[in-house]
Amino acid sequence: MNTATAPQLTMPSAHSVGRGRLGPLDFGLFLLLAVSAGYLAQQYGEFMDIYETVILWACVPSIVFLGWLWPALRPYFVGCAVLALIGIAAYGGTTQGSDEKFLLKYFLSSQSAILWMSFLFLFSSVTYWIGTFSRGETALWMGSVTAWAACVMGFVGLLVRWYESYLISPDVGHIPVSNLYEVFILFAVITAMFYLYYEQRYKTRALGGFVSIIIVAAVGFLLWYTATRSAHEIQPLVPALQSWWMKIHVPANFVGYGTFSIAAMVGFAYLIKAKAEETSLQAFIPLFILGVLLCAEPLVFRRTGMPDYWALYFGLSAIFIGAIIVFRRRISEKLPSLEVLDDVMYRAIAIGFAFFTVATILGALWAAEAWGTYWQWDPKETWALIVWLNYAAWLHLRMVKGLRGQFAAYWSLIGLLITGFAFLGVNMFLSGLHSYGEL
Amino acid sequence: MPDFDKPSTGGIELRHGSAWVREAIELLSSMRFAISALSVLCIASAIGTIVPQASPDINYVNQFGAFWAEVFAAFDVFRVYNAPWFLVFMALMLISTTLCLIRNTPKMLREARAWPLHVRDRAFVAFRHRHENAVTNESQAVLSVQQATDWLKSHGYAIKNPVSNDASLPVLVAKKGAYNRLGYIFAHLAIVVISLGGLLDSEIPTRAAAWWWEKAPINLAGLNSAQEVPASAKMPQATPTYRANLLIPEGQTSDMAVINRPGGAFLLDLPFELTLKAFRVDYYSTGMPKLFASDVVLKDKTDGTLREATIEVNKPLIHRGVAIYQSSFDDGGSKLKLVAHPLSGPVRQLLPIELAVGQSLPLRSQDQTLALEVSGFKAINVENISDQEPIEDPFKKHAATVLSPAVNVTTTANQRNVGPSFNYKLRDTAGQAREFHSYMLPIDLDGAPVFLVGVRNSPDETFRYLRIPADEDGSLNEYMRLRVAMANPEVRQRAAEIFAQRSAPENLAPALASSAKRALDAVAEGGLEGLADLLEQTVPEAERDRASDVVVRMLTSAFWELWQLARVDAGLPRLEQNDTTLNFTQRALNAYSDSQIFGAPILVMLDGFDQVQASVFQVTRSPGKTTVYLGCLLLTLGIFAMLYIPERRVWVWRRVNGEGQVESVRVAASSTRHSLDFDREFQELSTHLKPH
Repeated sequence: MNTATAPQLTMPSAHSVGRGRLGPLDFGLFLLLAVSAGYLAQQYGEFMDIYETVILWACVPSIVFLGWLWPALRPYFVGCAVLALIGIAAYGGTTQGSDEKFLLKYFLSSQSAILWMSFLFLFSSVTYWIGTFSRGETALWMGSVTAWAACVMGFVGLLVRWYESYLISPDVGHIPVSNLYEVFILFAVITAMFYLYYEQRYKTRALGGFVSIIIVAAVGFLLWYTATRSAHEIQPLVPALQSWWMKIHVPANFVGYGTFSIAAMVGFAYLIKAKAEETSLQAFIPLFILGVLLCAEPLVFRRTGMPDYWALYFGLSAIFIGAIIVFRRRISEKLPSLEVLDDVMYRAIAIGFAFFTVATILGALWAAEAWGTYWQWDPKETWALIVWLNYAAWLHLRMVKGLRGQFAAYWSLIGLLITGFAFLGVNMFLSGLHSYGEL
Repeated sequence: MPDFDKPSTGGIELRHGSAWVREAIELLSSMRFAISALSVLCIASAIGTIVPQASPDINYVNQFGAFWAEVFAAFDVFRVYNAPWFLVFMALMLISTTLCLIRNTPKMLREARAWPLHVRDRAFVAFRHRHENAVTNESQAVLSVQQATDWLKSHGYAIKNPVSNDASLPVLVAKKGAYNRLGYIFAHLAIVVISLGGLLDSEIPTRAAAWWWEKAPINLAGLNSAQEVPASAKMPQATPTYRANLLIPEGQTSDMAVINRPGGAFLLDLPFELTLKAFRVDYYSTGMPKLFASDVVLKDKTDGTLREATIEVNKPLIHRGVAIYQSSFDDGGSKLKLVAHPLSGPVRQLLPIELAVGQSLPLRSQDQTLALEVSGFKAINVENISDQEPIEDPFKKHAATVLSPAVNVTTTANQRNVGPSFNYKLRDTAGQAREFHSYMLPIDLDGAPVFLVGVRNSPDETFRYLRIPADEDGSLNEYMRLRVAMANPEVRQRAAEIFAQRSAPENLAPALASSAKRALDAVAEGGLEGLADLLEQTVPEAERDRASDVVVRMLTSAFWELWQLARVDAGLPRLEQNDTTLNFTQRALNAYSDSQIFGAPILVMLDGFDQVQASVFQVTRSPGKTTVYLGCLLLTLGIFAMLYIPERRVWVWRRVNGEGQVESVRVAASSTRHSLDFDREFQELSTHLKPH
């Protein structure tokens, strides 16, 4: 007699990704990275302080570790590095004439790469949504592939931009995580990468459409910001930002923002699935209002009145949310089970919370060095605390009370509203020390 | 798993004390209470970010009105983070977490260590994760158990094989991830530790110390030196914690910092003397500041040791637990060479003045006395002087921007250093002051150099700038010559006559001269607006447009003649009419007209300077810092342990039938938290135990 219990039969399984024994690939990657780091340390060591040297060497095991956690990252990192190096080589040490170099002008200069990223993310979103409504898997597969390509171009764009900043002048050079424009690229790439990881781990591509909403919104902002404010132009760092802390504080924060966004979008999908059979539209009023509020958040970018761009953006997103609600049954057929959605949401919030904690602590350490105190109730600090407490409460209730279901999903959407305000609203509305992202 | 909530938590309970004490403790340690207190703190913090904190009272009255400002002030809305009620909520949070921790830690540690050996196989059916592997004989059973042991070992489980006669007890118990519980303890302990450290660094210890030492803040505004500050406003070196400001001009030494408090300030005796040797600001080629650095010498007061250092943003100097940060910079009393130009009457006598920033000087004229106060000086002004092109097609422009490379920097291309500037005030005997902002060098605006002088009546206003054209030598001489000539009715008369002779036949000249004279008079009295008034009074509305065209042309030409006349009177040659000189005339006329609303009898210009900079430091002592950092470490460890070390337990029983023969091997597992990962892991274990 063999019995297997209920959860196994219906189990919407999470698949194991990576994490086997360390193999030859890990060793190869380690060697490659160690040699590169050694070369960099030898070439540029004199320009780096001790912290930067530590960060450089810490990258070697960290990247190997990430590759071990998720093997797809190995070719990703190597590929991005190769493309970035080609771009750097194409510059030949000068910005002069880069407009005439085909490779740079159309492909690998940071702005071109980032425009490619933007286009690919938009394309990926469209194919994911086509895939959600079509029978086959081809469109969804296309969505994944283009999302990967977008991540490659985004990361390459950032790497090349890093190099370009040094080309402008050695004292201008800095890691491209110093203003809203740069962190928005980081945000889009990190969010997409985390999503792609979950896609592989849970063997479902049906969430792509939902997550791509937030990425497309970020891309939309990026393009608008470039067009109207020339935000893509590389600016030097103000003295307060000239610190190695920036290299770790900002990326850690964006892991948090990215995964919280995924959690909220999965929460959205959860609610659509849970309410798929609901016939009265009244049940969707709170969801619709929440969605519209989230879409309205970027409207803070307008300085006066309502520019056409944002009016159009807002109108389209409201229609889009309405459409998702109207076609809920069709969409929910493709979505994985509620249990899987719930698990993804929990995982995203958990990792986001862990990184957000670390990022906030790093921020406090940096503040202690730059401003003389680790905590001074600056608006950004205070809102970081509010975000932290919000997700701490979410996790607390889940762990202690087994919080699940629609309530948890609503909460994670509201969480994004709060996170969005902490990320953007604070910079727009409230003056404070974190005013680098002002428009 | 721990339950932080229910009225009876199952943790340590108070066994004595009255009922209400017990109930109060239950309430305080309940999660409902913690979450409520947390929500209040969140909302209060959010309000604190939206309402500007610790601004001058008058700002709040302006913003909210007197009534609401008072109501808000009563609830400390303007100082939320130091408000007593806010601190009470923080304390409640702290107590709640501490109680929770005290009550649950022993139990959790016990559970983490304990081996659940006494789970009988009756419980099997109650497990969510269970698997039964049928066997037919003893060796198969042994094999199954062995397979389970191997699998569990290779997956990091700790294993015990209890030996017992009781067949219903498990033959194998495995567990892993006990650190998960340590994670709970660490994370909650961290909150307590961080709060305590933060409390040490808050205003509270210093407020308590000030109360104990009977110190009271005073208003420093009227005082000139540290000696005038009474002992009751001086905080000693033993002050437990502070964030104080320290301003030192170049070449000077200070050992007293200022702690700002609502309604005044304390002076703080520092454990060292700090001398500022030099303050440096470097700029990028775009004009953005690149570096703020202070070269200082620190002399310890106790042992007299000297320490040279450079303090930069992000690179503080730390001495005996007191950290000195580069916070900002200021003028340290630069010595300015000024020239006062009279702006009214037909006099052109210049008055040279030497004055340092922060000083004032009374200036007397026949009818009034004005105090000249120099309030600020900047040696470098990077301004965005852009000649904005009209945008024909926004879409095209935006597309071009998006496609332009990131290394092309256009937004700051118009940033230029336009040279030194200074601020001064003219205060009348009634105490009313007008503030002026004046640049030392002419600035190219719309293709010609002009001196910019701004004026405003109160600090809330923005400066309105007068643009005075600079002459060929880059000086104010020619403009001032014109101004003086305009102020003289006799010169105006002559200029009008010359103009009339040169531009009309003899019979019409007297009439034209009279018109030109009237136009010049009107401008001399009321500027171009005065002329407009004159036109309005004398010309019917239908003809006004055409008439004003004629009058403006006449005025400009007469003004030109006036200038040439003034030059000839001064022994200079007449100028040739060309684009530059005509442009100058036009601008001078506009400036002259605008200067009517300038509202000051003199114009003070900067002629030279000897810059003295001052560096502003922040001096802090935060004894709780180490504690807070320790708490942060605990928090990080705790959170990662809690989220990423799942606690799992596995039991294996041999099921024996009535005849004592083994029938099956049963495996069950439990985890603190249900997750799909755990489902997968258990499925792997189940499939590993192959059916026989």
